[in-house]
Amino acid sequence: MDGYRVGDPIADTKAPAGPLENRWDERKFAAKLVNPANRRRHRVIVVGTGLAGGSAGATLAEQGYHVVQFCFQDSPRRAHSVAAQGGINAAKNYRNDGDSVYRLFHDTVKGGDFRARESNVYRLAQVSAQIIDQAVAQGVPFAREYGGLLDTRSFGGVQVQRTFYARGQTGQQLLIGAYQALSRQIDAGTVELHARTEMLDLIVADGRARGIVARDLVTGEITTHLADAVVLATGGYGNVFYLSTNAKGSNATAIWRAHKRGAYFANPCFTQIHPTCIPRSGEHQSKLTLMSESLRNDGRIWVPKRSGDTRSSGEIPEDERDYYLERLYPSFGNLVPRDIASRAAKNVCDAGFGVGPGGLGVYLDFADAIARLGRPAVEARYGNLFDMYQRITAEDPYAVPMRIYPAIHYTMGGLWVDYDLQSTIPGLFVIGEANFSDHGANRLGASALMQGLADGYFVLPATVNDYLGSTRLGDVPDADIRQVETEVRERISRLLAVRGTRSADSFHRELGLLMWDHCGMSRTREGLRKALDRVPELRAEFWRDVRVPGGGAEFNQELEKANRVADFLELAELMLLDALAREESCGGHFREEHQTAEGEALRDDENFAFVAAWEYGAEPVLHRENLVFEHVHPTQRSYT
Amino acid sequence: MKLTVRVWRQAGPAAEGRLVAYPVDGISPDMSFLEMLDVLNQRLIEAGDEPVAFDHDCREGICGSCGVVINGQAHGPERTTACQLHLRSFADGDVIDVEPWRAKGFPVVKDLVVDRSALDRIVQAGGYVSAPTGSAPDAHATPVPKPDADLAFDNATCIGCGACVAACPNGSATLFTAAKVTHLSLLPQGAPERASRVLDMVDAMDAEGFGGCTNTGECVASCPKGIPFTSIATLNREYLAATRSGRR
Repeated sequence: MDGYRVGDPIADTKAPAGPLENRWDERKFAAKLVNPANRRRHRVIVVGTGLAGGSAGATLAEQGYHVVQFCFQDSPRRAHSVAAQGGINAAKNYRNDGDSVYRLFHDTVKGGDFRARESNVYRLAQVSAQIIDQAVAQGVPFAREYGGLLDTRSFGGVQVQRTFYARGQTGQQLLIGAYQALSRQIDAGTVELHARTEMLDLIVADGRARGIVARDLVTGEITTHLADAVVLATGGYGNVFYLSTNAKGSNATAIWRAHKRGAYFANPCFTQIHPTCIPRSGEHQSKLTLMSESLRNDGRIWVPKRSGDTRSSGEIPEDERDYYLERLYPSFGNLVPRDIASRAAKNVCDAGFGVGPGGLGVYLDFADAIARLGRPAVEARYGNLFDMYQRITAEDPYAVPMRIYPAIHYTMGGLWVDYDLQSTIPGLFVIGEANFSDHGANRLGASALMQGLADGYFVLPATVNDYLGSTRLGDVPDADIRQVETEVRERISRLLAVRGTRSADSFHRELGLLMWDHCGMSRTREGLRKALDRVPELRAEFWRDVRVPGGGAEFNQELEKANRVADFLELAELMLLDALAREESCGGHFREEHQTAEGEALRDDENFAFVAAWEYGAEPVLHRENLVFEHVHPTQRSYT
Repeated sequence: MKLTVRVWRQAGPAAEGRLVAYPVDGISPDMSFLEMLDVLNQRLIEAGDEPVAFDHDCREGICGSCGVVINGQAHGPERTTACQLHLRSFADGDVIDVEPWRAKGFPVVKDLVVDRSALDRIVQAGGYVSAPTGSAPDAHATPVPKPDADLAFDNATCIGCGACVAACPNGSATLFTAAKVTHLSLLPQGAPERASRVLDMVDAMDAEGFGGCTNTGECVASCPKGIPFTSIATLNREYLAATRSGRR
């Protein structure tokens, strides 16, 4: 009794064969074009306005398509990409430190613990340099050196300086760039924007994605929007854990409903835990705040050598400190990849060496950097992060070390897409964090912004062209539209009708804790089974006892929450199932049964070098996409 | 600690609004202001009442979603966003008034939520560089002096929260517009649009019903991102130069 069955493997990912460096050019050349005069007759729906959605909407509109764009925030500029701090990678080799497209590709495949597709990752590295050019042309104020040229820094998991940044607000600046490009198209009338509108379901007709059903969050009106193609750029689902670094509104609804309409969900259990988060301060906590990983460039991570040492950091002399990352991983030191740094922090805390309330924290210390560089230089590099830390914790990080602890950050899983970023439903494209494609089992720092923008500016516009140029679409039957609309309305009514005793948040918190305990930084067969028993019970309790005040035809934030929590309660089960089925450790997925004698993650390439693509059903069906590594040969990842 | 919050309740744009007092106890000084509202809302829901509607999302002070007037000050007594304001800024037993942004340009949606889409329309009027995808030269082709890039960045950090409008006695959006104009006018990219940008953005700002600027400076005092007053001078200079340029 596994709770799932195995279906046919996925045979074709549409990546051209032949030399890696030619594949994207070949695909683009083979792609059908749409005559510029005909483009305005095509409508494309883009859901989400973050780095992926905003850049895609702007680019498609520039090409001449009529874009219908949605975001649940009050403005496209507020998409959660805005919160990304650290930077964006690009193989520019401006530093002459040996960087190249091939090296960026190599680092990313290795960093992803050999669970990403080579062709996709190579393409990502290829277009990375163009992304920087594009952003600079838009007026994104990247950090510059005195000569007027762009500055770069390094990030976890790499040994070159290829990360471009705008102080600690790179995501914000890149998003504003994309938002402004989108704004230009809105003014030109080529993008029709629906803000404060949430996608609640996908309309599939004749096997193709043809539209969405959405709810206007101000009036509660349920509306239908039809198009020739639908693009989901709705971000990740890390909020299934309740406490995460995601914005409160980040949710899984759009991709989960698309999954239920036939899109496969790939690698749902691959969740990235970020090592440099501010530890939680109490039960009231509503979300976790990330400190940029770039801090690990100059900060040194340590814990006291003696367990249960309650002295303040300043009272612990140098020789009684354990700089455990530098000790365990001498060549990468504090810059090991995120999964390695996170697990190492958990291990030292579990062993009783943790600092701060509850012993769930390690020190990130800038004393050496301040002594070496001077406070002004440290301020220039990280000032806003230091201010943020001080604001939240009321401690001065220039005077005492920061305390950090790992937290849920980014989901590498998402809807399965082929090389064209098309899901298993033709006409449904999925980009950015919402898809699964480029990061493997772990995401290196500064690569999410790169993927979002690569997909939106450069990849998707070419492949949507091909789809529209090669597909003949008929009218969408009214019956198909009405059926989806009816289901959406019924679900809303059902949520409002429960009139139970518990808030949506209380269920969400309980689910989140369960997932963190059993499907978080480390997983065991026993824990996953336990959670698999509990989640369906919790889901039943939710539908029996949730209390949603107010009505459906109004601005109702509790209804929004409840609707999303209902989806998290379903998605959680698939995550657990996926984690249970993957009998190996890799990247963010650490199964305690599978580790080396040194306690490192132990992959099983023989049996698990595949993408797990799940088909929805009463009993989920697992389709495997086998991963082939022709260029970067899988080895035990070593950062020592 | 224990607080009494008097919250502006308004069912919809056309409905009458009023302050309603709620005692909130058992809360910690480490909580953010919005987490305190979360606690209040949980209790309201459990008691069968309607929770308070308020905008929020990232809770890291960067998305610009949140924004309420606390004791008469936009985002409250400290220079930060409401989500990054902590209860340690208040004293046990305090009575705190919480109201939505008040400005003609920001109609109330419900309770503490207002419609700030007018700010988006100001950007749509010209707050961008026309740089179609794929046509960009190499990023190093155009060096930008570091002081210019830094000042452009300082202005680009505007989060569009609208505190400047809420704090202004005239309900003016000048600081918001000035930040965008200053950011872009400092860079060589987009220079050909420089004159039309400022003229169009100022027109849009006026058309949205925002008030005029009288150099009061409340906007700067309330800006959580520290957009400088000098940006307004830059906007005025850019505007004057543009009107003389004959470009429209």
